[in-house]
Amino acid sequence: MAQPVEISIAAASRKVTVPTGLFINNEFVPSVDSNELIQCINPATEEVICSVVAGSVADIDRAVAAARAAYNTTWGKNVGPLERARLLHRLADLMERDRDTLAELESLNNGKPVRVARDFDIGDSIGCLRYYAGWADKITGQTIEVDNKTKLAFTRHDPIGVCGQIIPWNYPINMWAWKVAPALACGCTIVMKPSEITPLTALKLSELIVEAGFPPGVVNTVPSLGSVGGAALAAHPDVDKVAFTGSTVTGRKIMEAAAKSNLKKASPERALLAILEQVSLELGGKSPHIVFASADLEQAANWAALGILYNTGQDCTAGSRLFVQDTVYDKFISILVSKAKEIVVGNGFDEKTSGGPVVSKMQYDKVWSYIESGKQEGAKVILGGQKRAGKGFFVDPTIFTDVRPDMKIVRDEIFGPVLAVAKFSTEEEAVKLANDTSYGLGAGLHSKDADQCMRVSSALEAGTVWVNQYNLLYNNVPFGGKKQSGIGRELGSYALEEYTSVKAVHWNFGEKLDWPF
Amino acid sequence: MPSTFEYTWDTPVYKGKTSFSTGLFIGGKFVDGSNGTTIDVINPATGKVITKIAEGTPKDVDIAVAAAHKAFDTVWGLKCPGGERGRLLNKLADLMEEHFDEYAALEALDNGKTFTWAKNADLGLSIGTIRYYAGWADKVHGSTIETGEDKLNYTRHEPIGVVGQIIPWNFPLMMLAWKIGPALATGNAIVLKPSEFTPLTALLTAKLIQEAGFPPGVVNIVNGYGNTVGQAISEHMAIEKVAFTGSTLVGRKIMEASAKSNLKKVTLELGGKSPSIVFDDADLDVAVNWAAHGIYFNHGQTCCAGSRIFVHEKIYDVFLQRFTDYSKSLKVGDPFATETFQGPQVSEIQFNRVMSYIESGKQEGATLHLGGHRIGTEGYYISPTIFTDTKPDMRIVREEIFGPVGVVIKFKDDDDIIHQANDTVYGLAAAVFTTNVNRAIKTAHALHAGTVWVNCYNTIYANVPFGGYKQSGIGRELGEYALDNYTAVKAIQINVT
Repeated sequence: MAQPVEISIAAASRKVTVPTGLFINNEFVPSVDSNELIQCINPATEEVICSVVAGSVADIDRAVAAARAAYNTTWGKNVGPLERARLLHRLADLMERDRDTLAELESLNNGKPVRVARDFDIGDSIGCLRYYAGWADKITGQTIEVDNKTKLAFTRHDPIGVCGQIIPWNYPINMWAWKVAPALACGCTIVMKPSEITPLTALKLSELIVEAGFPPGVVNTVPSLGSVGGAALAAHPDVDKVAFTGSTVTGRKIMEAAAKSNLKKASPERALLAILEQVSLELGGKSPHIVFASADLEQAANWAALGILYNTGQDCTAGSRLFVQDTVYDKFISILVSKAKEIVVGNGFDEKTSGGPVVSKMQYDKVWSYIESGKQEGAKVILGGQKRAGKGFFVDPTIFTDVRPDMKIVRDEIFGPVLAVAKFSTEEEAVKLANDTSYGLGAGLHSKDADQCMRVSSALEAGTVWVNQYNLLYNNVPFGGKKQSGIGRELGSYALEEYTSVKAVHWNFGEKLDWPF
Repeated sequence: MPSTFEYTWDTPVYKGKTSFSTGLFIGGKFVDGSNGTTIDVINPATGKVITKIAEGTPKDVDIAVAAAHKAFDTVWGLKCPGGERGRLLNKLADLMEEHFDEYAALEALDNGKTFTWAKNADLGLSIGTIRYYAGWADKVHGSTIETGEDKLNYTRHEPIGVVGQIIPWNFPLMMLAWKIGPALATGNAIVLKPSEFTPLTALLTAKLIQEAGFPPGVVNIVNGYGNTVGQAISEHMAIEKVAFTGSTLVGRKIMEASAKSNLKKVTLELGGKSPSIVFDDADLDVAVNWAAHGIYFNHGQTCCAGSRIFVHEKIYDVFLQRFTDYSKSLKVGDPFATETFQGPQVSEIQFNRVMSYIESGKQEGATLHLGGHRIGTEGYYISPTIFTDTKPDMRIVREEIFGPVGVVIKFKDDDDIIHQANDTVYGLAAAVFTTNVNRAIKTAHALHAGTVWVNCYNTIYANVPFGGYKQSGIGRELGEYALDNYTAVKAIQINVT
């Protein structure tokens, strides 16, 4: 095992070779101690695309050792900012060159439309790499006045070290870029565990890491089950930081493992030396989308539909709870339903398709069980809610009305194209309903009343608030969650803080210490 | 129609060719000057004319300003997102990279610096500066500022609009990069006047700016004389900011012109008489090599040249001996010969100026310890020159010579040297040579200079700021600091009822 396989992409009349080994020290290798494989399924056809090596705990050890060696010799403080920038730009150039192939591979494994993968996922990823390339030589500390006669105090923003990065299956390439770019710009080395559902593009991108010229060990890619590789990274005593995007349930486990890791696995002497892992988490959401009476209803309906149907609802910021002001409720809902009906859900290689299948059987079953629970708990289905016949994990846009705050479809993250809609009368009520969740990732509001926009955006407890729009992100604007939606921020200058460690240097050039003191 | 300049090199260090228009670059096109006149470009290695370039006039400045405004109001400024501005700057850097050696040869031909120095110093930093500012383009942040829940207050760092830039002849391409990098990254449109002595690399760059895809009018290059084109830029009522690098004398005129016209913002990088300070506990080899680099680099034609070399009396004799030996070893000659360290001074005017300072040194009673003469009969070559036994009031000690002429001065102790080093109207740079880091820090903190080098000289990085104290200038270039020169801060206070 670990040999590259040739995959035929019939719809594009293209063959792509995909490496199937673990990517460690710039080579694709078999597992040290396991014969386990991960099967990659095409969610539109339910067929197996290929199998890749499943990394074991010992493989994670090996990858971390490679990352540490690189950090101590060819990366970390041994590589200058200009070189880091140059390599990131080169990687971006190569992604640009291979854009179409990567888009098709992404669609094959994840289900999203090829054109969306090419224009948005990959376009934004290339931009992300270039954005952080621009930061590499701009990571500055401070000089701080303490006592001009005798002291010089300054800070250094050093790379944090070896980073474990665990990414989800909903935006495989984009999430890869969001993690890899700032970490490399700051001088960190990486052990990346892509989702076991969608490891193929991460492996393909590892080929570009070699071609771009990154030294061996700087980026390592170990597809693995979350409970194996992910857990191992979170608990590893030689990993300085773990960054995770995924479900809140798993996020908790990672944080627990990180907190325990320096005491549980290490021997007594090493316990003193082991590092308490830094953790940043991008977790789930149940983001509220509020439509006030003064809103441009046509536009609001477009954004609301986008908010729940983009990426087939498999988005941590999906606007999955819609609150509509009572005076415009009936009118708005009818516009929204007609918008949702215009969306074609189908095979990603069909140019007409705006949304693909959900990513796997497990997700398919989970989404449907939520739809069933909605019906059982008494919500009303006004669109969708019927399974399709035939192959493929397709879920059509589904809208529930007459929901109550205690219903599962209102409280839990469904991660599918399933919308819960409720009415409100006053602004205060809308804000209260919106904030009634343990999550706090995104929120949207539509209103032409500027003062209302200001008040409500200020009151909403979310890491990103969209005003008169939804979903759109930029590489230079930070993104992350409040409450149980996460810790830390990605994108923008803020991401640099996740990958740097501040050292304060106090330099005495004039004070003599009297003794005894 | 402006003519095309074509040139082929067949030299020991470089074989290649170049070709570009000699016109003014205005509104995305190469055009003749309004008067149809031209300026001769001289090769300082031979004194002979290389080519003629179009001469701009104040009328051409008006046309350029109008083109710049049109671009700024329609397709540039904040109408072009930072990411796109960054992409264009990176594209320009890529194109410059493709013409790397050609650029170095052109700079050597036009300015007289050696091809090797141009290649190893000027080119890398020029391209690196463009790339550095490309990275800033989408990171020009304002702030949100809390006053109370009833207000949303935030700042925007907006481009100023149309900026004028006037650059010197000592590092023609590098000075161009230092100016256009931050100005374009922040979204400004530019009217730039290269030095009439060294316009060629600016014209090649205009060609690449066109090729890179910058919208017409975003960058305009108007060659011409200081007292016509430079003056017109400084006085222009529709230019909101002028950035100048050059002599302190001209810097004053620019500030005056601003005061008399529209109070345009002014930043200035001017002259210097920077001290190199060699303490008795210095590593002597390190000190000799770097102090020599400090004065002889670029033939002494560097605003931050370490032209006053202060040596502790305990090691004065041994330092002077080694420094003299080193100076004698420097080969002066053809910029395209393999062994050459130092080429000619940039022009006849500069040559005469330096020679007259050498004359004044002799007349005021300093000891001409080494050199002090012309080399050869063709081209503007001056031998590396050292004066000793000077007095603080001598012209060669007070005034900027801008040639390969150093004065070596004894000092007694730390207090004495701080006083002597700071005893100048300038404050651009300084260097400290010592193996005692505590002493280095204390001295560095006490010196009135915008850059203090410790155990090195003349090392410049795109991300570290550079600029002068006192009469060496106003404002800082390079690093994040340069962005402030090209942005206007708007505070917006929104009342939330």
